[in-house]
Amino acid sequence: MSNVKYILGHFEDPDDMMHGIDKLQENNIGIYDVYTPMPIHGIEDKLGYKRSRLPIAAFCFGLTGTITAISMIYYMLVYDWPMNIGGKPSLAMPDFVPITFELTVLFGAYGMMFTFFYANHFFPGRAPRVMDFRATDDRFVIAIDAKSNPYPDKIEDLLKEAGAVEVKHNERKYVSYE
Amino acid sequence: MGTHNQHTHNFTQQYEFSGKAKTWSLIAIVIGIVAIAYGFLLDPAENHVERTFANLLLMSYYFTCVCAAGAFFLALQYVSQAGWSAGLLRIPQAFAKVLPIAAVILIIICLSGLLTHNLYHHWNGEGLTVKGSPEYDPAIANKAAFLNVPFFTIRQVVFLGIYSIFAIALARFSNNEDLEGGLKNYKKSFKISAIFLVIFGFTTPIWAFDTIMSLEAHWFSTMFGWYNFAAMWVSGLCVITVTAILLKKAGYMNWLNDSHFHDLGKLVFAFSIFWTYVWFAQFLLIWYANMPEETVYFYKRWEPEYKLWFWVNIVINFVAPVLILMTRDAKRRTNTLLGVCILLLMGHWLDYYLMIMPGTVEEHPGFGVIEIGTALGFAGLFSFLMLGQLSRKPLVPKNHPFLEESLHHSI
Repeated sequence: MSNVKYILGHFEDPDDMMHGIDKLQENNIGIYDVYTPMPIHGIEDKLGYKRSRLPIAAFCFGLTGTITAISMIYYMLVYDWPMNIGGKPSLAMPDFVPITFELTVLFGAYGMMFTFFYANHFFPGRAPRVMDFRATDDRFVIAIDAKSNPYPDKIEDLLKEAGAVEVKHNERKYVSYE
Repeated sequence: MGTHNQHTHNFTQQYEFSGKAKTWSLIAIVIGIVAIAYGFLLDPAENHVERTFANLLLMSYYFTCVCAAGAFFLALQYVSQAGWSAGLLRIPQAFAKVLPIAAVILIIICLSGLLTHNLYHHWNGEGLTVKGSPEYDPAIANKAAFLNVPFFTIRQVVFLGIYSIFAIALARFSNNEDLEGGLKNYKKSFKISAIFLVIFGFTTPIWAFDTIMSLEAHWFSTMFGWYNFAAMWVSGLCVITVTAILLKKAGYMNWLNDSHFHDLGKLVFAFSIFWTYVWFAQFLLIWYANMPEETVYFYKRWEPEYKLWFWVNIVINFVAPVLILMTRDAKRRTNTLLGVCILLLMGHWLDYYLMIMPGTVEEHPGFGVIEIGTALGFAGLFSFLMLGQLSRKPLVPKNHPFLEESLHHSI
C-alpha cells in the first residue's frame, strides 16, 4: 500500500457524502478535496475554504482600466491634439465617463477571466486533469491524502460506514482526459 | 435529500399590527394632515397652495411608485420562477394590495391640481392652444392632441387601473394557493405576470411622461420614462428591504437569513447603479448636444436654489450605496443595509423633488413644514395601509412550489 497517494471515497448521494465529511473530520482525518458533479450549498464552510480572492484581482484590473482610459483620453484629446468640439473645454469630463466606464469593465472582465484560467490551469493545448472521471458525471468524491494520513483501513471503514459505494486507492494523483 | 426537510418555522405566523407601529403610523398621518392643512390655509408664502400641491404630487407619486414596484417585484419573481424570494413574497404582496388606494389618491391629486391650475399649468391654461390668443403657445398647441385634460385623465385612470387589477390578481392567486395547494395558481400567476410585465414596461414611461415630465411641457426627454422607472424600482426595493429587516428584528419571519438580505442588498446596489446610468445617459446627451430647448431642464436645476440639491442627489443615490454596499459583508449586515436603504429612500425623495419643483414652484422652492410634514404623512399612510394588509394573511405563502428552496437559500 505504500505507493498509494490518494484515497477516493465515491458516494452516490450528496447527503451521504456530507455525512462522510463529518465522520472524517470527527476523526481528525484531513480531507484533500471534494469533487461533486453539481454545486453543494454550504460545502465551502464545512471544508473551511477561504473566500476567493478573485474580487481583489477584479478590483485591481478595473482600476488599471480606469487609469488606462483616463490617461489615454487625456493624452489624445487634451495634451497631444486638443480639438474644439462644440465649444466645450478639452478636458470635458462627462465625455470621458462612458469610455472610462467601458474600459474599466473590459479590463475587469478579461482580467478576471485570465486570472481564473491561470489559477485553474486552463490554457490551450492543456488536457484537463481530474482526480476521478466520474466526479464530473454521477459520483460525489472525497479525496484524502494517503501520505499524510496513516491507517488507510480506518479511512476506508469510515467512508464505507458513511455510505460510500466504492473506495479507490490511487497511485497517481490525476487522470487525464488525453 | 431526506435530511434537509426538517425546519422549525411556524408557517401560520401572522403579523400583529398594533402597539408602536400602529401608533407611530397614525401620528405620522396626523402630522401629514396638519402640515397639508397648514400649507393650504396658513402658510404666509405667496405660492403656498402651489407648493403644497407640488408636495402632494411628489409624495402620492412616490407612494404609488413604491406600491407599483411591489407588484413589479412579484411579477418578476413569478416570471423568472425565482425560488429565493418565496419566503418574503408576502411583503411585496402587501404593497400590491395597497396600490389601488395609492392610485386613487394620485388621480385625485393630479386632477384637483389640474383643475385648480396649480399643477401642469405649462400645458393647461387659458388660451394656450387657441390661435390668435395672446397666450398662444405653438409648442404646446402642437402637443395638445396628447396633452389635454380628458385624454390625460383617461390615461392615468387606465394605466393605474390596469396595474391595480394585476396587482390584486397576483395577491389573490397567492391566497388561493394557500387554501388549495397545487400548481394551478402558480401557473396562473406566471401567465398574468408575463402579461403584466409587458404592459407595465410599455406604459410606465408614458405614465412618467404624463405625471412628472409634463410639468415642464416644453421640454422632453425619451430617457425620462426609464429614469423614473429606475427611481421607482430602487425605492421599491429599498422599502421591501426595510420592511423585511424590521419584521425580522421584531421577531417575525425567522426563515429569512443572511443570504436573503444579501440578495436584496445586491438588487439595491445594482439598481442604484442602474439609476445613475440612466440619469447620466439623459444628462450626457443633453449636455453634449447643447440644444437650448433641451438644456433648459438642467439650466433650471443649476440655478442657485437647486444646485446644491443637484449634487447631493448624485452623492446620496450613487456614491453612498456604491461605497457602502460594495463589500459582501456590508450587504449581509442588516444594520448597514437598513441605514443605506433609509438613506436611499430620502435620496429618491430628493430626486423626485428635483424632478417636480422646478416645473411647479420654479424659483421659489422651499424645504420646511410642508415638505417634511407631507413626506411623513404619506410614509405613515403607507405603513398603516401596508402593515394592515400584511397582518391579514400568514407571513409565508405555505404552498408556494419553491418555498423549500427559499428556506434553504444560501449563497
